[in-house]
Amino acid sequence: MAARGARLCSLLLLAALAGLGTEAKNSEDVRCKCICPPYKDHSGHIYNKNVSQKDCDCLHVVEPMPVPGPDVEAYCLRCECKYEERSSVTIKVTIIIYLSILGLLLLYMVYLTLVEPILKRRLLGHSQLIQSDEDIGDHQPFANAHDVLARSRSRANVLNKVEYAQQRWKLQVQEQRKSVFDRHVVLS
Amino acid sequence: MNGTRTMMDFLEEPLPGVGTYEDFNTIDWVREKSRDRDRHREITNRSKESTWALLHSVSDAFSGWLLMLLIGLLAGSLAGLIDISAHWMTDLKEGVCLAGFWFNHEHCCWKSNTTFTDRDKCPEWKSWSQLILGHGEGAFAYILNYLMYVIWALMFSLLAVLLVKGFAPYACGSGIPEIKTILSGFIIRGYLGKWTLVIKTITLVLAVSSGLSLGKEGPLVHVACCCGNILCHLFTKYRKNEAKRREVLSAAAAAGVSVAFGAPIGGVLFSLEEVSYYFPLKTLWRSFFAALVAAFTLRSINPFGNSRLVLFYVEFHMPWHLLELVPFILLGIFGGLWGAFFIRSNIAWCRRRKTTRLGKYPVLEVLVVTAITAVLAFPNEYTRMSTSELISELFNDCGILDSSKLCEYVNDFNSTKGDDLPDRAAGPGVYTAMWQLALALVMKVFITIFTFGMKVPSGLFIPSMAVGAIAGRLLGVAVEQLAFYHHDWAIFSGWCSQGADCITPGLYAMVGAAACLGGVTRMTVSLVVIMFELTGGLEYIVPLMAAAMTSKWVADAIGREGIYDAHIRLNGYPFLEAKEEFSHKTRAMDVMRPRKNDPPLTVITQDAMTVEDVEAIVSSTTYSGYPVVVSRASQRLVGFVLRRDLIISIENARKKQDGILRSILDLSPFTVTDETPMEIVVDIFRKLGLRQCLVTHNGKLLGIITKKDVLKHIAQMANQDPDSILFN
Repeated sequence: MAARGARLCSLLLLAALAGLGTEAKNSEDVRCKCICPPYKDHSGHIYNKNVSQKDCDCLHVVEPMPVPGPDVEAYCLRCECKYEERSSVTIKVTIIIYLSILGLLLLYMVYLTLVEPILKRRLLGHSQLIQSDEDIGDHQPFANAHDVLARSRSRANVLNKVEYAQQRWKLQVQEQRKSVFDRHVVLS
Repeated sequence: MNGTRTMMDFLEEPLPGVGTYEDFNTIDWVREKSRDRDRHREITNRSKESTWALLHSVSDAFSGWLLMLLIGLLAGSLAGLIDISAHWMTDLKEGVCLAGFWFNHEHCCWKSNTTFTDRDKCPEWKSWSQLILGHGEGAFAYILNYLMYVIWALMFSLLAVLLVKGFAPYACGSGIPEIKTILSGFIIRGYLGKWTLVIKTITLVLAVSSGLSLGKEGPLVHVACCCGNILCHLFTKYRKNEAKRREVLSAAAAAGVSVAFGAPIGGVLFSLEEVSYYFPLKTLWRSFFAALVAAFTLRSINPFGNSRLVLFYVEFHMPWHLLELVPFILLGIFGGLWGAFFIRSNIAWCRRRKTTRLGKYPVLEVLVVTAITAVLAFPNEYTRMSTSELISELFNDCGILDSSKLCEYVNDFNSTKGDDLPDRAAGPGVYTAMWQLALALVMKVFITIFTFGMKVPSGLFIPSMAVGAIAGRLLGVAVEQLAFYHHDWAIFSGWCSQGADCITPGLYAMVGAAACLGGVTRMTVSLVVIMFELTGGLEYIVPLMAAAMTSKWVADAIGREGIYDAHIRLNGYPFLEAKEEFSHKTRAMDVMRPRKNDPPLTVITQDAMTVEDVEAIVSSTTYSGYPVVVSRASQRLVGFVLRRDLIISIENARKKQDGILRSILDLSPFTVTDETPMEIVVDIFRKLGLRQCLVTHNGKLLGIITKKDVLKHIAQMANQDPDSILFN
């Protein structure tokens, strides 16, 4: 169930990002940028203008022209004009998606480390807390078999399913943390 | 035990759980491939029966291509997300955009008119001191900017390491050594899972933005392989078969490098050369497709605002002269020396982290390294900017339109040659830039040693390229000034007359970057192809190849392994190196177990054992498989059975009173005789991907050789520590 949810999320994300790439151009997001180097005693200058691609050249963009009439051609030969476009909507949506995922993860981390133990202690009492910390050891030869065969057992209650999945995930993360951080077996 | 009564029936429905593997074990390539062939045969046979079955067979054939398409789309989108977010967060350390907080510095100033000399300043972008104090000049403003830079860097790296530690410990490091091992047949459950994907994406952005000396190319390969693994679950053909899944992962790795560099062909070659173990030709075409789709998706998201894929795409096409091969080869030698030095020191530091108390404080380690990096990086403008921007500036050839410090040459305005400027004398700006770059080089060389391998996602490509680019540019400017001031020397007078543009320092930076990257990773073809795809032209193939080959030879002369193989050996993964020849004259009987003084081989006999006997054997020993013989006296071989399958079958036999060995016995195990030379045995293990091989003598079972035994033997022959091979 969590797998399907995550798959759905990732497909939504990629659809959003891919769709944004082909979105209609915001008229504010195009520009023609002309960089003109220093010429005689005029200093260098950069000109930006919101024109279409066919109008993107020195004569249309450089206004007001700093040099008098006969020198315009020599001046414009040195300028380089480039047509650029971007999608500010893509940038905005991407940053907001990223920050929301980061925020959610941080909230979840705070919940797991601070809030959940307090809630558990209040609801279940001390003795049950010890029970739920039992380690399902992977070292017995038949533990794997139980695991494998019990996969088809169904749980009626949805909340139980979520709880079960979360417990399994926590055990996995604990195992991973032991191999990486404590025993330094994987990923030195 | 009714083994003699029935033959093994492949089409019979297997018990659930049979044929799956335990964590940290090696898969059986031969079994997986034959299962896939059986499945394919069954589908083809059934397709003649009805239209539905025909459609099913057609969709099965197309599922591979659909999967590649999805992998390309997802990898490209994630790469776009990572690029845009990393760009924004890197600039967040310096200031914020008032016209919309989501814009980074470059995009904030996009609309406004900037001056020619100060292209960075615009009214919408406020640095932190401008925001807090109201003005950006003065010592107090500088200190405030410094402080904010360090605080942001520490916050980003703290978040990164806490997220990694809390949610997905497998998301740290580069990922390429582990992916290499996984692709050779090893199983690491969770390494390519959903949580690892999410955490790696998020923390990669944080780690890159915190200013640490690391890159995002290696982790992008890990991200792309996670996408591949997750999307495999949508298709039965790939979900159930570990060998087919690894074909998909090879293609996904190619897509990962393709979006990292904007080089689809280079990505496929990188996957072929560095990452994959078995690379059938079918995978080549599919990898290329996945890499192209990923590159196309990234381009349409357009993260850099002008349809480029990579930040440091260069566009110059200046010619180079044959005499310049001498400095290029010098750069190659530098790259090789630096590569060997880096590998030795990094492995020593990582070994210290593994074995001493340093490894007990990962969060503190990350914070200390970030603090040192940030404090040292801020004063020097070349280390303050992000490493990709630095490389981009170093690759850039100076023209009249550039006004950065590095391009502050003494100009002669009488020439009207347009953009094709001759070699000029260096102005004061260039000299300042030179010593700043030299300091940056020293800092990067040393800080990367401590950064690679920390408990945040860290890649190696960008820091190596930065070191090489700085060295190359320094050498290039030196040669350029030499040619300008001494154009009458014999070596220059032939081709570099006064007023001609002969030396391009940007090219030297590129060649240096390629040399250092080659020295560290020992890539050959893929490196050259990636570099020439980055530059868009074939003109520079000869310098790039000369530098890459020189650096590989120099580095190989000092140490045999690249950085990824060195990390594989450090962690003790069971990776059988496919590139090296085994040249010793040992034979199978020297390597097999049991040795002369060991207890005899634990076997299961076909007829004389009850369920309790088998259970006793299984619980008293920890072998991962048992040979099955006709009887203890004759020791004639029947087949081989795996421990995991045996356990499941025993459970089942208790319930249903059925035979144990009937459906789990492999009747065609690989055997060699005891006189077979080890060269041939190692070759068999490599080419077929075996886990174990039985040794017979005159037809009777004598012993067993496992992959771990082969690896230990190779390590022993190479005078390394054979006990460092950890896994089965």
